[in-house]
Amino acid sequence: MSPFLFWPFALLMLVFGAAVVVNRNPVASALSLVVSFLGLAALFMSLDAYFIGIIQVLVYAGAVMVLFLFIIMLLNLRAEEGRQVSWLALIGGIAVALALLAQILYVIHNLKSAHQAFPPLTRSTFDDVRNVGLLLFGSYNLPFQIIGILVLVATIGVVLLSKREPR
Amino acid sequence: MVTLGDYLIVSGILFAIGFAGVMVRRNLIVILMSLELMLNAANLSLVAFSRFQVQQSGLPNYNAQVFVFFIITVAAAEVAVGLAILVALYRARQTTDVKDITSLKF
Repeated sequence: MSPFLFWPFALLMLVFGAAVVVNRNPVASALSLVVSFLGLAALFMSLDAYFIGIIQVLVYAGAVMVLFLFIIMLLNLRAEEGRQVSWLALIGGIAVALALLAQILYVIHNLKSAHQAFPPLTRSTFDDVRNVGLLLFGSYNLPFQIIGILVLVATIGVVLLSKREPR
Repeated sequence: MVTLGDYLIVSGILFAIGFAGVMVRRNLIVILMSLELMLNAANLSLVAFSRFQVQQSGLPNYNAQVFVFFIITVAAAEVAVGLAILVALYRARQTTDVKDITSLKF
């Protein structure tokens, strides 16, 4: 992928990812998350993973974000105001995150293959839905069915949780 | 030229942003969103490694992409359950601030 496309999309994703954390208004955070996920989907496509990129847009930017926005509207949440920021917690949290980032960067720096470019593909990946599907229904058939059970359990759990208890 | 390390660094920064969000923010909805950021950072590095390991057939290693598919499914289920718990909690306590939820605090 050309750096002229990689860096703008990576920056878009990181800036709006930071906006999710910085914004005080939950609606603004949710909308920033949508833009961040769209940038991430572009990065997936740049890695020749078209199927994952499209799934990212459909599931995250579509379904999950509608769910978040729906809950925010339902609970009528406002921006956090009037409460003073706890500086100790703020500085502590940022320090721990920076320490984690430093460790990740150190590991990546010492990884030999991290300094190599991506080897070229000799075949087109436009039909990667087929390849992912063959793996899903072939080698990963049992995990695929277990995931189905998991989604069923989650659905039943959500219905049970949101049912109003009789008094 | 974009290397594997560039993608891994971007993924690491995104993970750190999500981690800072979980540590610093007190609104439960924003904490859930930061969790999503961290999951997606992991997905990005998985797809980058998948593309880096080109196989004999000249295609990327699709095992990692199947793994990403599973992670996206589990994350969607997790968001649904998490938001349902949030709604139940809001019904009981009228708050989504983690500072006000201290029943399990020792």
